[in-house]
Amino acid sequence: MTYLTKPKLHHPSLVTNKLGYTRRDYEGAISTLCAGCGHDSISAAIIQACFNIDLQPHRVAKLSGIGCSSKAPTYFLGGSHGFNTVHGRMPSVLTGANLANRDLIYLGVSGDGDSASIGLGQFAHSMRRGVNMVYIVMNNGVYGLTKGQFSATADKGSKSKRGVINTDSPVDMVALALQLGATYVARSFSGDKAQLVPLIEGAIAHQGAAFIDVISPCVAFNNHPGSTKSYDYVREHNEAVNRIDFFHHREEITTDYAPGSVQEVVQHDGSVLRLRKLHDDYDAHDRIGAMNYLQEHHAKGEVVTGLLFVDPEPDDLHSHLNTAEVPLNTLNRPALCPGAAALDKINASLR
Amino acid sequence: MKKISAINDFVVKFANVNGSGSASANELFARAILRMGVPVSPRNIFPSNIQGLPTWYEVRVNEAGYLGRRGGCDLMVAMNPQTWDADVKEIEPGGYLFYDSTRVLPKSKFRDDITVIGMPLTQITNEAYTDVRQRQLFKNIIYVGALSALLDMDPKAVEQLFGEQYKGKEKLIDSNLKALHMGRDYAFANLNCGEMGLKVKPANNVGKKIFIEGNNAAALGCVYGGATVCAWYPITPSSSLAEAFQKHCSKYRVDAVTGKNNFAIIQAEDELASIGIVIGAGWNGARSFTATSGPGISLMTEFIGLAYFAEIPATIINVQRGGPSTGMPTRTQQADILSCAYASNGDTKHVLLFPEDPKECFDFAAEALDLADRLQTPIFVMTDLDIGMNTRLCEPLEWKEGREYDRGKVMTAEELEAGKDFGRYLDVDGDGIPYRTYPGTHAKRGAYFTRGTTKDRYARYSEEGPVYVDNMERLVKKFETAKNLVPLPLTRKAQRASKFGVLYFGSTSPAMNEALDVFDEEGIHVDAMRIRAFPFHQSIMDFIAAHDHVFVVEQNRDAQLRSMLLTEGNLNAAKVIPVLHYDGTPITARFIVSAINDQMALFNVTPLKKVAQ
Repeated sequence: MTYLTKPKLHHPSLVTNKLGYTRRDYEGAISTLCAGCGHDSISAAIIQACFNIDLQPHRVAKLSGIGCSSKAPTYFLGGSHGFNTVHGRMPSVLTGANLANRDLIYLGVSGDGDSASIGLGQFAHSMRRGVNMVYIVMNNGVYGLTKGQFSATADKGSKSKRGVINTDSPVDMVALALQLGATYVARSFSGDKAQLVPLIEGAIAHQGAAFIDVISPCVAFNNHPGSTKSYDYVREHNEAVNRIDFFHHREEITTDYAPGSVQEVVQHDGSVLRLRKLHDDYDAHDRIGAMNYLQEHHAKGEVVTGLLFVDPEPDDLHSHLNTAEVPLNTLNRPALCPGAAALDKINASLR
Repeated sequence: MKKISAINDFVVKFANVNGSGSASANELFARAILRMGVPVSPRNIFPSNIQGLPTWYEVRVNEAGYLGRRGGCDLMVAMNPQTWDADVKEIEPGGYLFYDSTRVLPKSKFRDDITVIGMPLTQITNEAYTDVRQRQLFKNIIYVGALSALLDMDPKAVEQLFGEQYKGKEKLIDSNLKALHMGRDYAFANLNCGEMGLKVKPANNVGKKIFIEGNNAAALGCVYGGATVCAWYPITPSSSLAEAFQKHCSKYRVDAVTGKNNFAIIQAEDELASIGIVIGAGWNGARSFTATSGPGISLMTEFIGLAYFAEIPATIINVQRGGPSTGMPTRTQQADILSCAYASNGDTKHVLLFPEDPKECFDFAAEALDLADRLQTPIFVMTDLDIGMNTRLCEPLEWKEGREYDRGKVMTAEELEAGKDFGRYLDVDGDGIPYRTYPGTHAKRGAYFTRGTTKDRYARYSEEGPVYVDNMERLVKKFETAKNLVPLPLTRKAQRASKFGVLYFGSTSPAMNEALDVFDEEGIHVDAMRIRAFPFHQSIMDFIAAHDHVFVVEQNRDAQLRSMLLTEGNLNAAKVIPVLHYDGTPITARFIVSAINDQMALFNVTPLKKVAQ
């Protein structure tokens, strides 16, 4: 891998968003992932989402672990601080960063090896704590960088490129996130940008632990017949429960929908998630229902996608800890040091 | 039999059962002596257990102010039948045994070279109290009362302590006073107080000194030093540090107007997450720390390498215990020196600070937070169980009014706007320390990618050999810079010029101070230097060069600090002699004097005359 800068030539007629940024301003270095890698599509979706919702790139901190997925943050949001941490430990570093400055947007990018194998513990505990973040797992069921070993999300019975059958049960990260208390849980497919982009927009607006599991086929090692994380397999078995439209603020519904087919979620920041329900029986406000639905359809070999659960009034780690409204990293001696007189009193109490 | 006779210079040891409420009664005893102006150094010797196993509380009473463990026991307060035999055996010949004589014990259970003082404690408490818990708790106070009579202690000192401890709870004061005097009265009426040769006499040797645990002092240092994020995982003997930080923050760090906390504390799921959180917060510009012990350091090692290589401030307080592995969780050692100094795969070196007592735990904790920001690297405060979990007499804590935090080299939005060149790993000042930016500083400039992989001066990924070497060399230069920023060593010269020197550090200090006085008295001349930090300052190497033989006193098996001195100073190994104490008990002056005397005897051997041919 070498470092490649993109030429900074902008077409004069490029569309700008409300902040005057073009889509190019949200890009990063040229990807060094394999041509056709699902991860690049997810990077593109992140870029599109950040552009769409007029984010200032420098107000985002992007953190990752180790692996192909964790390399991806180099390829988007070049104007953001990034942190490629150690394998499986992005969640703790992100948690610390979030505690230091609650005003930034935290984007955690990880993979199935990084989050479901070596980092399962940290993934779980960051969800439990309700860290305000967008946690995206680029899930291909395989270790790409080390050339094709199964990861912990590989389905039982799926076949590796070398013909080995996986005999271990898979970790379903969406099921875990639901059980552990994440307040925004979605699954999508890297090949379905129309579904993925608004899911990311909604997750960024969400003021709590938002988790998106994105099935992202590995063209080099896991896109063959017998794989359950290939483009073909996911397209055939994708069972979308809804499609969402994301609006910064409440806007009048202008399109005609069949009665009961739209579920509207107003998030704490005023943004609106309009869920076009593809399954009338699916309610994205029902955590337990979502867990059951997921298991039932998984048993049928279906990959359930969409916004599976959202709590419109989530709390987060800062509210649990009752931390100051201003970022802790802006506090200095006057706010932090009790001073010499207080120390004299402490000394007096220790005699 | 020659009875031990001593005023203000003896060791009392309490043998108790864990969880019986004895700890607070024993501490009351120690504090009462302090109030009489006589220095004491108590030590808890406790098992890794909550209830039922044997525990001891050893109080050294020493008017001269020697606070190291002395060794031996002059008066055993034997309250635990489980350990009776060993406890009785431990008493110095001519010493004293105080015990509960409710149940008659055969003569074979005693020794005839000690004075035995029996008091029917259980019977007395059972007659006075009906409630089971009261019986247990007040029995402890009753024996403190009896001891105060036997040792000629001032009851007012204890009474005063009750008054302070139970302020506003008059009922508790009264009931404790009653128990105390029940013990005193019984002793005066029924025990022969005159046969007790150990006495406490009022003195004036405590002065302004304070009595505090190292962990509590280190926690205060973190509050004063401006730590806002603390992440930790419970592990003996460090847990009380994070808990003390929580307590002090609740008092001093809650905004009076908003009621919001100017701190965040996470009890993480393990030490990996603890250090990850600390590093994340440090990366993002908040002062952060963790407190742990040896096994925790083992788990944190990968992350420590990341913080070294990516250059992120982190403060790690290691309250050392006996290793390796789970080792001796409730015993003390200085055995993590190497594992901290060179933690991580690859070539790394880390800054270590060695506090000698709670006062320096406070100072060095605050200092570590400054150094971490200044040097953009992990800083270790290497305390241990002996300092951390025992209440120790030390100088009062000091904070210079108006002292500002050193936040190190942080490039601001204004500087970036003005077009100042920003290279995250660019050495602009020649000290090896680059500038950093906090995330979110400037809309267009100053963003970079932090990584554990190799990179160039502008934080761009590169595996080019020369680029890698350039960065590694700069890190060495930064470590050189650290030499003059860390606490300098302190020297104590012998009365006469000597070819012998001794190096020591950390909790060995009180025992070494006493040993040096012994050497002075015996006319043995040894220059001493207390090392307070790694990297080693040049003056340490000069000290070694100026002596023929240098002892390095450590509380570990493998002479870890000596190994570092040899490597870092490129020294002749024969010249540097290890003096090692590592059985888990705190080192004593007796041990140091004896070990060094033995070695010196070897050097002072007069060579045999050559036999005439």
